[in-house]
Amino acid sequence: MKIAISATGKDIDSLLDMRFGRCDFFQIHDSESEEFKVVENKGQSSGGGSGIAASQQLIDENVNVIITGNLGPNAFKIIEKADIKSYKCGNISIKNALEKFKNDELEEIIIAGLAHNAMGH
Amino acid sequence: MNIAVLSGKGGTGKTTVSTNLALVLKANYIDCDVEEPNGFIFLKPSDINKKEVEVENPFIDYAKCTHCGDCSNVCQFNALARVKECIILFEKLCHSCGVCKIVCKHGAIEYEKRTIGVIEDGNSNDIQCKRGVLNVGEPMAVPIIKELLKNLNSGTNILDCSPGTSCNVVNTLQNVDLAVLVTEPSEFGLHDLKMAVELVRKFTIPMGIVINKNTSDENIITKYCREENIPLLGYLPYRRDIAKQYSTGAMLIENKEYRSFFKNIAKNVKEASLWN
Repeated sequence: MKIAISATGKDIDSLLDMRFGRCDFFQIHDSESEEFKVVENKGQSSGGGSGIAASQQLIDENVNVIITGNLGPNAFKIIEKADIKSYKCGNISIKNALEKFKNDELEEIIIAGLAHNAMGH
Repeated sequence: MNIAVLSGKGGTGKTTVSTNLALVLKANYIDCDVEEPNGFIFLKPSDINKKEVEVENPFIDYAKCTHCGDCSNVCQFNALARVKECIILFEKLCHSCGVCKIVCKHGAIEYEKRTIGVIEDGNSNDIQCKRGVLNVGEPMAVPIIKELLKNLNSGTNILDCSPGTSCNVVNTLQNVDLAVLVTEPSEFGLHDLKMAVELVRKFTIPMGIVINKNTSDENIITKYCREENIPLLGYLPYRRDIAKQYSTGAMLIENKEYRSFFKNIAKNVKEASLWN
């Protein structure tokens, strides 16, 4: 199973980034092969629709699970349609986030958060 | 002759200056702040004609679509996403550029029209009053502003801009002969005024400054005007009675004393308009 996590850095001790569309990196961990890969988030540099670009990137990476802080309405729509499961997590280290996921301690995201991370609201 | 009234900071009095100045100059009033046009509250125009503004968005013919993803890859605005056997359109992000239709090898994309707002056109005190109104929930104002500024009257037009220095203001400034920058003597007013000045200079449009809520003859704005060599076109004093009249929706020029402030601004604007 490929698990993508929004991250502030490139290694396993980096913190999880609560933002999905505007995070710096996605760390993609394969729970079977234990391989791990870091990609720069394509959404980060986009003028608009960052959540859409980030979702598209993860779909193209064939991930099965996303762990992040929140998903905006556009990202949620795509990820739901792609049958990717998403989970909510705080800004703890990627290592701890993976641990929590393995222990079934993370809450599944079943509704979209506010657009633009509720900026101005 | 098109005169833009802009500010940088919001709430400095663009509409107050625009509407009153339009009546004093007998100029047409064009409300380009289409996200929240409020000039009509004061001018109260009648005989309003309405015209819808439409944009074009892609429509995917799934009988022809092979889900190759060329359209979503090429979209610069992330308005299209490819998910499994489906292309999802986020119509509010679409800029109607047409590139998805060009790259589609299967002829699966056509464009369809969608209404995003309306242009209203009426009369008040022998001046033409126009405004664009963006529908609630629509994020893109520029198509409305472009439509609004097509075929302007040949006389003097006062263009009441959006606050800030965003695309909305940039698009309004495209065909402007003179810029009137309205600000207030506060740190925030000065900070955003500087951004507006920088923008106007990019367009090399002549400009002048109006100080609203003026408290003294010497303040941070008068100092800035001197340093930057930008003429002061006039001011409105910071007074409760003025705010009170404004809050009733009445035009300030109905009061003789307030009218004199706008007469002064109008005189200086007329002079400034000869610089071109």
